[in-house]
Amino acid sequence: MELYVALKVIWAFLLGVLLTGLAVMVGMDMGVGIMLRFVGRSDLERRAALNAIGPHWDGNQVWFVLGGGAIFAAFPTLYATSFSTFYVVMILLLFSMILRPLAFEYRSKLDAGRWRATWDWAFLVSGAVPMFVFGAAFGNVLQGVGFHFTWDGQYFQDESFIWYVLNPFAILCGLMSVALSLYQGGTMLVMRTEQPIAARARRIAVAGGLIAALLFAIGGIWVSLMKGFVFTAPVDPAMAATPLNGPSVARQAGAWLGNFHAHPALWAIPAAGFLGMIAGPLALRAGFAVLGWWLGALASVGTIFTVGVAMFPFLMPSTTAPAQSLTVWNASGSAYNLTWMLVFALIFTPAIIAYTGWAFRVMRGRVKTDSIAHDEHSY
Amino acid sequence: MTNLTVVELSRLQFALTALYHFLFVPLTLGLSVILAAMETVYVITGKPIYKDMTQFWGKLFGINFALGVATGLTMEFEFGTNWSMYSHFVGDVFGTPLAIEGLMAFFLESTFVGLMIFGWDRLSRPAHLAVTYLVALGSNLSALWILIANGFMQYPVGASFDPDTMRMQFTSLYDLIFSEDAQAKFVHTSIAGFVCAAMFVMGISAYYLLGKRHRAFAARSFRVAALFGLISTLAVITLGDALGRSDYLLQQTKIAAIEGLWHTTRPPYEPWKLVALPDDATQSDVFSIGLPYVLTPLVTHSFTEPIPGIIELEQEARPKIVNGIQAVLALQDYARTRSPEALAAFRKNEDDMGYGLLAERYAPGQDLAAITRADLPGVVNHTARATIPNVFVEFWSFRIMMALGFAFLAVFAFAAYFSLRNRLERHPWILWLAMLSIPLPVLASEFGWIVAENGRQPWTVFGWLPTFQSASTHSVGYLLFSLIGFALIYTCFIAAELYLMFRYARIGPATGAPAETPHAAGPMAAGTSGYAGKPWQ
Ligand code: HDD
Ligand code: HEM
Ligand code: HEM
Repeated sequence: MELYVALKVIWAFLLGVLLTGLAVMVGMDMGVGIMLRFVGRSDLERRAALNAIGPHWDGNQVWFVLGGGAIFAAFPTLYATSFSTFYVVMILLLFSMILRPLAFEYRSKLDAGRWRATWDWAFLVSGAVPMFVFGAAFGNVLQGVGFHFTWDGQYFQDESFIWYVLNPFAILCGLMSVALSLYQGGTMLVMRTEQPIAARARRIAVAGGLIAALLFAIGGIWVSLMKGFVFTAPVDPAMAATPLNGPSVARQAGAWLGNFHAHPALWAIPAAGFLGMIAGPLALRAGFAVLGWWLGALASVGTIFTVGVAMFPFLMPSTTAPAQSLTVWNASGSAYNLTWMLVFALIFTPAIIAYTGWAFRVMRGRVKTDSIAHDEHSY
Repeated sequence: MTNLTVVELSRLQFALTALYHFLFVPLTLGLSVILAAMETVYVITGKPIYKDMTQFWGKLFGINFALGVATGLTMEFEFGTNWSMYSHFVGDVFGTPLAIEGLMAFFLESTFVGLMIFGWDRLSRPAHLAVTYLVALGSNLSALWILIANGFMQYPVGASFDPDTMRMQFTSLYDLIFSEDAQAKFVHTSIAGFVCAAMFVMGISAYYLLGKRHRAFAARSFRVAALFGLISTLAVITLGDALGRSDYLLQQTKIAAIEGLWHTTRPPYEPWKLVALPDDATQSDVFSIGLPYVLTPLVTHSFTEPIPGIIELEQEARPKIVNGIQAVLALQDYARTRSPEALAAFRKNEDDMGYGLLAERYAPGQDLAAITRADLPGVVNHTARATIPNVFVEFWSFRIMMALGFAFLAVFAFAAYFSLRNRLERHPWILWLAMLSIPLPVLASEFGWIVAENGRQPWTVFGWLPTFQSASTHSVGYLLFSLIGFALIYTCFIAAELYLMFRYARIGPATGAPAETPHAAGPMAAGTSGYAGKPWQ
């Protein structure tokens, strides 16, 4: 395989890894934010839940930031086009997401009921909206998005943004993403908080995992029936990265199953996701919270890579100009850029994993509800 | 056809959100370094007062940090949401420093900031110190990479335009990182952050000294900050001079606008304009007062080199515009036909392509192909005029930044002098001055960014991509929605931040004799960690 093609494929894979990191780490924190008002009945209980993720939320959030940066560098045209076509929803995501850093840092700095209640609601909004939008984005790209390019590479949007939030399949994906984040967040609280918070969190997590499994099954059937996209002419994976002058593309029902039919071993990926969603709640109920957390991570891996494998090599197909659909082949950075980025990723990713692990280890153990009240450092 | 209202609104939104982000960034950059310094003294001497200092300033750091993170999130996504053509055009080069910033800097800073705040009882002293150092390192590395990205927009090196992908492609990581412009920007900006943090610490300490509270704590913080600030301000001024010289070499339109030079200078007599009222419409000064013989050595570091003036620069741009129009037409042809002739025609004028793209704005129907022989002089005139940034804004923003810089030098010098001689309380005016100066370095930084970014106009990528071509193709409604939303949310944010900042600054640290600090039992009172498990010590 030509080097450039290998680089494109590696970066598509790494994109999946990043999105999975985002779903697991950011999803976990956002899940805690969503359920905060329900797992914590008193202010102290809520603070205990917050402090369970308090030392880590900012580090985790960088998965989100890096997701943006890496798409920008590795798939510039995808970054330019997707964020702009989804403008209104992206801005809603930002409006809600930017509440979170303040909610963590400011909530407990004043001892006033209204102040804290306001930030508790901010946690709910800033967890639910971004996770919903994240999932719905997958739903939208699976169905294709209406856009086209002019000769100079400028995109134009060909449909109303209302469709991105009101289309049933995207809603299903959005809900599934929220359910998975509730699972991941709940599991974290089971590990890191005392009773009764942990028990309430476990109930929410179990429900979240099972609902996710149900929605995943429905979504799977839906995808197998919906119109996917296929190339109708040979495509050169080493092509210059431009969406102009690409080979023609057709929409066909069931096309998203093509890769699975071609390589049946790939069925293991959705199976693993499904397994995570079913076995996770069981493990939680049986008292294996750490196992449950990793099964939740497996569920996210399974879900995101299922979408990736189904669509490959498509990234964001166009319904109005299918030949200009964005793919791994035509939306990527140059070989030079992808090479250097890979070098940086290989150097820094192990370091990041190592120090993140160390940080979690330093802060391990359950948050003691009664000592929070006296702790000047806690949230 | 590009909707110019959308472009203007996108610029407004970007400028507001970036200026807003930069209200908080300098304090993060500088305070993280001051915290590391204070904690180092604590670990070496073991004196608890330095631990109190680190913890107290660390608390204020946290209040500020949250807003830096929140507003930074907006920035990371705004290139995609609002500048799609820009992102497509340079993403291959420009996205890379942003991604590396995430990998190398944000992860470091954000992971360890949690440990810095929560880890006091869980880490040994040297381990906690190391964590604080990593936070300072992370925040300054993030500045490095973002300024490398910004440096590329100011002075595009390490990439070339590729007609097959219709974008700039990355060719040299080395050139990108070691771009003269980026390095000059990085040191000036980081150290400007140190000035902001020094003034912040010094001003709040002055407030305690004026109220005769937390005296030992405040006097010590004051001294650390005054010395740190003095050195940093000297560095900022020196490095600012270097930055000005790099503009002279790399961005002539910017330096001409900064100094309000309508005509090429006549060294060595040429005066440096101290005050003037430049009028962009007539391209002349309503009045000006200058210091003779100062300008040439100041900008060029010589007595003989002339500095090109605006009117001459416009003349120089004219042939580039004519060639640029040819280049873009050839490129358009190549995009359609992929013919080698079209490519050859493009190659002939490719270096001036940006000027052709700029001319599109003034072509009939924004279509270069529609320019007739009769239209051409008008289009060239308009385009040549457009290559010059707004001189009034540039001239005054620069002078305000510079005047503030020299004012800080005086404030820090007096403060350091009186502090070292233990005469502070006999000269309350310096304490008042220090306190009232807290917001000024941030203000200077904001004006610095206006100089940098307004001076880059009309380009987003200097000489290659005009701003008006860079924006996403949104409707005006989209932008009104986002602008109004950001305005509302950001206003609430700043209100919450200022409220907490004032409140916690007023409460003060948990040190000193209890009689002196009646509120000290509040949020800063020492306590045990909220965690079970094995605490250190
Ligand atoms: C405390 C803040 C502060 C102070 C006192 C100064 N500056 Fe500054 N300046 C900045 C903070 C700043 C900044 C925020 O860091 C900028 C914005 C963009 C950049 O690279 O640095 C900047 C930009 C900036 C630029 C434009 C850079 C460009 O072309 O992109 C020049 C020429 C100078 N500065 C020069 C000076 C001089 C000669 C000063 C002294 C007298 C000075 N600055 C004081
Ligand atoms: C945080 C510090 C920064 C501030 C305060 C700032 C300020 C500004 C201002 C005032 C403008 C408007 C200029 C005008 O319209 O006349 C602007 C535009 C812009 N800046 Fe910056 N800037 C900052 C950093 C950056 C960086 C680091 C980048 C790139 C990495 C960048 C990219 C842009 C872009 C794309 C525009 C829009 C196009 C334009 O109108 O020039 N800015 N910025
Ligand atoms: C001179 C210009 C800038 C400097 C020095 C700077 C530096 C910083 C610093 C120190 C932080 C705080 C901390 C953190 O969480 O790591 C921060 C946050 C952030 N900045 Fe900026 N920034 C600048 C402009 C920009 C621009 C133009 C962007 C957009 C590309 C940006 C993106 C971000 C992001 C995404 C965050 C949040 C990171 C997180 O969640 O941890 N910054 N920036």
